[in-house]
Formats: sequence, C-alpha cells, structure tokens
Amino acid sequence: MMHNRTTEILVGAFMAVGFVALFFLSMQVSNLSSSASGEGYLVDARFDNIGSLKVRAPVTMAGVRVGRVSEISFDAKTFEAVVKLRIEDRYRDAIPDDTFAKIFTAGLLGEQYVGLDAGGSATYLADGSQISLTQSALVLEEIIGQFLFSKAEEGAGIE
Amino acid sequence: MSTDEPLVRIRDLRFSRGERVIFDGVDIDIPRGAVTAIMGPSGTGKTTLLKLIGGQLRPDSGSIEVAGEAVHRLGTRDLYRLRMRMGMLFQSGALLTDISVFDNVAYPLREHTGLPESLIRKLVLLKLEAVGLRGARELMPNELSGGMARRVALARAMALDPMMIMYDEPFTGQDPISMGVLVELIRSLNDASGLSSVIVSHDVAETARIADLIYVISNGKVIEHGAPEAMLNSSSAWTSQFMNGLADGPVPFHYPAPELKVDLLGGA
Amino acid sequence: MLNQLAALGRIGIGTLQQLGRGHLLLLHILSGVPALFGRPRLLLNQIFAVGVLSLLIVAISGTFVGMVLGLQGYYILSQFGAEQTLGVMVAASLVRELGPVVTALLFAGRAGSALTAEIGLMKATEQLSGLEMMAVNPVKRILTPRFLAGFISMPLLAAIFSALGVIGGYFVGVGLLGVDDGAFWSQMQAKIDLHEDVFNGVIKSLVFGLVCTWIALFQGYSALPTSEGVSRATTRTVVHSSFAVLGLDFILTALMFGE
Repeated sequence: MMHNRTTEILVGAFMAVGFVALFFLSMQVSNLSSSASGEGYLVDARFDNIGSLKVRAPVTMAGVRVGRVSEISFDAKTFEAVVKLRIEDRYRDAIPDDTFAKIFTAGLLGEQYVGLDAGGSATYLADGSQISLTQSALVLEEIIGQFLFSKAEEGAGIE
Repeated sequence: MSTDEPLVRIRDLRFSRGERVIFDGVDIDIPRGAVTAIMGPSGTGKTTLLKLIGGQLRPDSGSIEVAGEAVHRLGTRDLYRLRMRMGMLFQSGALLTDISVFDNVAYPLREHTGLPESLIRKLVLLKLEAVGLRGARELMPNELSGGMARRVALARAMALDPMMIMYDEPFTGQDPISMGVLVELIRSLNDASGLSSVIVSHDVAETARIADLIYVISNGKVIEHGAPEAMLNSSSAWTSQFMNGLADGPVPFHYPAPELKVDLLGGA
Repeated sequence: MLNQLAALGRIGIGTLQQLGRGHLLLLHILSGVPALFGRPRLLLNQIFAVGVLSLLIVAISGTFVGMVLGLQGYYILSQFGAEQTLGVMVAASLVRELGPVVTALLFAGRAGSALTAEIGLMKATEQLSGLEMMAVNPVKRILTPRFLAGFISMPLLAAIFSALGVIGGYFVGVGLLGVDDGAFWSQMQAKIDLHEDVFNGVIKSLVFGLVCTWIALFQGYSALPTSEGVSRATTRTVVHSSFAVLGLDFILTALMFGE
C-alpha cells in the first residue's frame, strides 16, 4: 500500500503521543506523584494544626513566593504536623533562623499557604534547620464556634 | 470431469423480494466449456440470478447445483471454498479503489494461496498480459477507463484459475472498441483456459456473436432457449421482439392506460 | 387513531429490527478480531486513517477548550478569591467530561462520517460483493480492522485532548492571568484522583469509541447502495453517534460518580 513507512511512523507517533498524554494525566494531573523535586534547601516547621495545607502549596515572605511545601507528615510523639519547606536556592543565607511561620488562607475559600515573617537574628536558616516559632492554621469552624460561644456568654451576662 | 453433466443445474427456482416475484419456476442448465448467455429486459433479475448462483442470495425454493454441490445448502466455509473456483465480473468492475491495479489482481492470490511474493508477481503479470494491461499495473483504479477497469477485474476474476466466470452486463456503457475487445477476450479466454462462462446481458448483437447457448427470461420464467441463430429466427413473438429490438409486440409500447380519448375528455 | 397506533408500532418494530441487525453485525465484526492478530498491517493502516487523521482537529479543539475553561473559570473563581482552584476546575471538567465527550463528538464528525461514506461507497460500487465473490469475508476483512482501530484510537485521542486542554488552561490561567503556578498543579493533584477521574475517563472513551465506530460501520454497511443512500447514512452516523454519546455519558456518569 501507499507509503508503508510513513504510515508506520505516523501511527507510531500517534500512539506514542497518546500514551504520553495518558501518562501526563496520571502523573502530572492526578495525585499519583506528588514528590516535589528540584532545587533549594529544606527547612522543617512544626504546627499544631495545618488545616488543609497541601504539598506544593506556596511558601511566601512579604507576599513573594520563596519556596514550596515539599512534604507533610505527622509526628506521633509530639502530636504535631511536620511540614518540610523547600526554599529556593537564591534565598540561601537570607532568612533569619528566628523567622516566624504561619499558615494563611488566600481569600475566604482559597488555598492555604505558609507565610514567613522575618526575624532579627544574624544567623540564617540552612538545610535541615527548624523553624521554632509557628502559628497554626485558622480553622473556620473553630473561629465561628468561639464567636458564637462568646456571643452566647455576652447574652447570658446581660440577662 | 464428466462432460455431459452440466456445470450449473438450476431446477424450479423461485425467488421473491418482498411482494415482488422475481423467479417463478426457472430451470437452467449451464454446460461445461461453453459460453452461455442469459438475456432478458432490464429488471428481470438477471443479476439476481448470478448472485443466487454465487450463493450471495438464497432461493425461496428450488435447487441450484454448481459442480454437483447444492449452493443454497452450503455452510459459509464450504461456500467460500466453492467461490474460490468461481470468478465474477461485476458491472462496475468492483475493483478495490484504494490499491493499484497490480494489487487488485494480486489480492485473491495473497488472500488465499500464501504463495511467495515473487511467484505472485509472475502470476499477476501473466494475468494482466492476458487482458493486455500489463503496462497499466501501477495505475490506480480511478485512473482507468470503464473498459480497462472491466479488463482488470477480469484478470482478477481469473487469478485463482476458476472453473467458471460469471459476467454481469459486461458490454453496458462501452464504446465500440472496448466492446469489441471485451467480446474477443471473453471468447478467447473461455476457449484458451477451458473455462465455462455465463454472461448476463441485454446487448443482443454482441452476446449473440459469442454465445453458444442463449436463455431468454422474462417475468420470472424462461421464455425460450437454444443456439443464437435459432433464437434470432424464433417463432415466438416475444423472443423475436426482444432479439430484434422491435418497438411494439407482445411487450406493448404503451404503459397500460385507459383509452386516450377517455383520458383527454375525462379531464375536461 | 388506530392508524397512529399502527404507525407507532411500525416505528417500534423497525427500530428493534435495526438494533437486532446492528448487534448481529457487531458479533460478526468481533468474530474477526482473532484473525486480525495475524495481520497487524491491516490494523495499522486503519489506525492511521481513523486516529492519525483525527489528531489535528482533536489537538486544536482540546487546546482551545482548555484555554476557554481557564479564562471563564478564572473570572468566576476570582470573584470568590478561589482562583487557585482553577487547575482543579479545568482538569476535572476535561478529564471527567469534556475530554471523552467532545473527542467522541469530533470523532463522529471526522472519522465516523468518513468510515460510513467509505463503507457505503464500497457497497455501492459492489466492492463488498466483489470481495464476497472472491471468497473473502468483507465484514472480517474490511469492517473488523476499522472497528478495532476506532476502539484503540478513541482513548488515545481523548487523552491527548485532555492533556492539551490542561496545558491550554495552564497557559491562560498561570501564564496570562497570573494564577500561582504551584497552586494550580498542587490543587489539581490533590483533587484529581487517578482511579476516580482518569481511569473513569478512559473507560468512558473506550465505550464511546466502541459505540461511535460501531454506529459508523453499521450505517455504512446497511446504507442503500446509491449516492443518496450513502449521504443519508453519513448524516445518520453523526446524529446517532452524538445522541448515543450524550445519552451514554449521562448513564456512565451516574454509574461512576453517583454513590
């Protein structure tokens, strides 16, 4: 038949592209692989509650993204969440070791991310060091619960 | 191969499409080694008859035997085995349009024989040579004229060296030259290869030139059969009208209608 | 009144007969699959005709659908300050629904109609009868490779559609509108489940591939052997395939994602 070789090559290319697309959907789009790879150095931060923080969420300083969350695990001894932050290499020896880490929510329904507030120390965070000053995520239900509780108390006080 | 036994024997064939009766008790014997023509006006089911012989259609009743095998009772496998020994030339040629002339002729060989490609090439070139189109082997079917397409189809029908070839209206729509070529080819292939040929046609002159035996059918019945000369000089008014192409006769010129006078006056 | 009833009955009987013939044809087609493994060449040529030739329209449509999703999604989500979930929205709608469904509709228009026309013309020009008289089974020889090619090509085309759509959405959302790169992917990966979403999408497109190719082949094979018959069959292929895809999508979605 006509142009056997061309047909073969094109069909091969089509099938290869199709499988690459499937692979892409499996690996990149879905949750099969979520290992954050790449450059930078790792810093630990421990939180009482991380809310719905996700791996690969941004880590920001003054609103500028300086890294990503690379791993989240639970420490069964201290009952704390251990969050590994991967900070980009260009911020090596730039973030003081008494920096304050806090979990914020972008907008009312938005994603949660880690915000860093620089401290005043002269020594800097390095690979493997730990951020000791942290503040947990605000959990909406808790806040609403506290709010209602305090209102109820106020009401009781007036009576 | 006993020579007096007919190759195809059709007995009391009845076949209808829906309400329309196409064959109503037809008996036909097609002898070995001869060119047999089946003639009749358009719409008498001549093509249907070929399809019945080839087993593509099944009769309502009656029997069709080809080389001693009852076609209408064969299972798929046996039918296909039998078809390898029959060639059929369709009106349009029915060449596969996406492959070349060479591949078309090679097609049945590649499908059924498992011969090495070098041998297939030789066979195909021989078949194409027989129809005079060896030089056209690289052409695609849409580059062929109607007559050439039929000749290629003929080469393809002969590829497996069948015992019989059926021609469906081989002369329709051909110019005089390709008509002459086809007439010669059908006769000479029949005699040279020891084939039996069945031609379905309504081209009287060409068919009468090469046929050994003519069957005339109309309205689901065989009207008459015999040698071409006998048919041309037939005493039957119907056969005489058909064979000589007369405008009026047993088949009236007018479609059945009320009297012209009644029709004209009735409208007023 | 009785006449209407009789007409309804006729339609019902006719539809059932069609369905019956369609299923018999499908069985016949499937019976030719084992023999096809001996002749991969036939399959290869058909994957070219069915898959490769549909690739361009599928790729372009996928990219643009993804870009539009990115744009529209951004406008709506940004009103709630939730534009980081853009990736989820784009990927979920593509992988679950738009990828399989739109690809199947495009496939019916591009490959399905071409298949019907090809088979119908082969019938009208007596090529199928010719094969039969050469003792070659036209269903197994002509229809089966085309059927299998459609079945194989559809999931691949749908995957390409979805993948390019996600990239198109990424390009608009992250590249043009400034959604955070990491949030786009991380939210997507967190919410899109490999089994629940990607596999179900593939299953959908396998079903659509089967149905669309089947309808196209059946319409071509049962077309009246005239030019008018073939053109009508081509139209019927597109209409029937579209209805079948949309109807089946609803049923499949209810089965897969319903509790």
